[in-house]
Amino acid sequence: MPDRSMIEIRNVTRSYGTFKALDDANLAIREGEFFSLLGPSGCGKTTLLRMIAGFDTPTSGSILIDGQPMDGIPANRRPTNMVFQSYAIFPHLNVEQNVAYGLKRMRLDAAEEKRRVDEALAMVSLAGLGKRGATELSGGQRQRVALARALVMRPKVLLLDEPLSALDKKLREQMQVELRRLQQAVGITFILVTHDQYEALAMSDRIAVMFGGKIAQVAAPKEIYQRPVNRQVADFLGGMNFIKAEIVDDAGTSIVVDTLGFGRVKTDKPAAYVKNGSAATIGIRPERLRVLWDDATARHEVAGTVVERHYFGEITHLIVEVPGMDRPLSVTETNDFGADDLPLGATIRLGYDPDALVAMAD
Amino acid sequence: MTAAAEGSIAYRKARQNAKPLLQSEAARGFALVSPTLAFAVVMLLVPILVVIAHSFWTQNYLTVDYTFTLEQYRIALTEPIYRDLLLRSLFISFSVSVLTVLLAYPIAYYISFHGGRHKNLWLFLITIPFWTSYLLRVMSWKVILGYNGVLNSGLLGLGIIDEPSTALLYNSSAVIITLTHAWAAFAILPIFVSLEKVDRTLIEAATDLGDGPIRSFLRVTLPLSMTGVISALLIVMIPTVGDYVTPKLVGGKDGVMISNAIQAQFGKALNWPLGAALSVSTMLVVSAMAAASVLLLRLLVRRAR
Repeated sequence: MPDRSMIEIRNVTRSYGTFKALDDANLAIREGEFFSLLGPSGCGKTTLLRMIAGFDTPTSGSILIDGQPMDGIPANRRPTNMVFQSYAIFPHLNVEQNVAYGLKRMRLDAAEEKRRVDEALAMVSLAGLGKRGATELSGGQRQRVALARALVMRPKVLLLDEPLSALDKKLREQMQVELRRLQQAVGITFILVTHDQYEALAMSDRIAVMFGGKIAQVAAPKEIYQRPVNRQVADFLGGMNFIKAEIVDDAGTSIVVDTLGFGRVKTDKPAAYVKNGSAATIGIRPERLRVLWDDATARHEVAGTVVERHYFGEITHLIVEVPGMDRPLSVTETNDFGADDLPLGATIRLGYDPDALVAMAD
Repeated sequence: MTAAAEGSIAYRKARQNAKPLLQSEAARGFALVSPTLAFAVVMLLVPILVVIAHSFWTQNYLTVDYTFTLEQYRIALTEPIYRDLLLRSLFISFSVSVLTVLLAYPIAYYISFHGGRHKNLWLFLITIPFWTSYLLRVMSWKVILGYNGVLNSGLLGLGIIDEPSTALLYNSSAVIITLTHAWAAFAILPIFVSLEKVDRTLIEAATDLGDGPIRSFLRVTLPLSMTGVISALLIVMIPTVGDYVTPKLVGGKDGVMISNAIQAQFGKALNWPLGAALSVSTMLVVSAMAAASVLLLRLLVRRAR
């Protein structure tokens, strides 16, 4: 049963007075899935995670874990375990005692407990550090201890509250790969809360993007990146050129629009598309526009003038003014052909795939 | 990496050659504490040395015989009266400190965990009794515990007792009750401070790992607030052994403590050497008791894990 729901969020609202931290959320998370809750701070993602863990209660609606309603079940009796943002390593216990903390209640025999602790420590590459004191650990090691302490409980769902945000960039990227690998190995449902879109895109099977207590879109990383339902989602997941358009034909599953600069375009209707008169918004990601060098040509081209150039090492960010468009295009170009040397004021041609143009709600 | 390591070695060498006396961290720290330290040494260490010296001498009516002797210690430790007084003082101070900590912990816990916005108000309220003199507070306990006192009248009025009880005042329990009340704030504050420092996510983590409220308290909150409990215990235990005002006012003849005897030796009896020997013995015994209590407490907490 690969598509069985492990977590079901049914019409869950959490209000503080008149403020709704979470507003009528509905979500189904599958068994064995790496699921991310992505959004800016204050969007309700942490509130939702804490309600799944049992540290917070919904004002209305219900949460089911593995088919069981969780109403009135306290955090210590839920089949979930959490990796806290601050890691919450017990400072008075050593690594082994930290990892064994939850096992103590199960009254396993000493050999079995030791075997499970060692197994968990090996899983997070901390074998041999069991006797190390909690205060003698580096940030990365603390994070691994927190992970081992939760995984040793063999929870049905592992909850991760911004687990990588306190690590430096290099370690964070390494841990992203490791976390993903670990999740594949143990097959436990992981729910990750993050405000870092790259983290969510790199690790998840599916992502829920949240804004202001509402879930805006739930989809696989590629889908969410390439076909965002609205401008907010598009913007949050990275750069996006928004192009004004007029609807010419709106029938069936696709729409035809006339755009400023990109001519007539036919595109799929987005899932949450709301028709707003005859105006529409079309978007194209900066890296889906590529500079055409020398006499190279493309089926679809647009020409413009370079007005700004920002160098980022492996890529260069170009701001290109296109005649007839109300705002300049931003273009991300790799530096292998000399985009970093393009003089300001140069006229360039940009090639694109019409499939990269997507319509979205405002 | 290696460059940084070499850099720090080079830096250390330069420091060794320069020998900047007042520039070093240790010297600067020492300079900061030295006025207080000097004061403490003069006002604390010197009197203690004087007392210790006296304890090895003998009083001959108005003069002191300076020949070294352990006679005063023999009297202090073997005379039944002093032994009994010392044991009673230890019992009273031990009971007071344990009772005070037991009563103070829930209050400190409540303020720290449920005080919300009113934490400072609660702490302020706790200090209010200190606005009146200690003597007045002891006197008010006399009013409460006395023969025609509040407690007796109340119990009579409720028909629980037929005649006023004399067991309330002028005995060691009266001393224990009064001292426990008097020292409560000194126990609440250190416990409160240590509870404030307990990271609340640690308690959530314990809950997440399957602990109910009682287990997470015993396994996380209590061990992490142990420094506060130990300081509270010591803050109460050590001074209460030497208290002589409270036993004098509410203790009667059954509540007399060792310090009343010490005071008598330094005063009316004019036997400083014996008073000094009693003081030193008390000091050593109470230190041993305090150390034993701390060790026992640490052991108990380790067990609770």
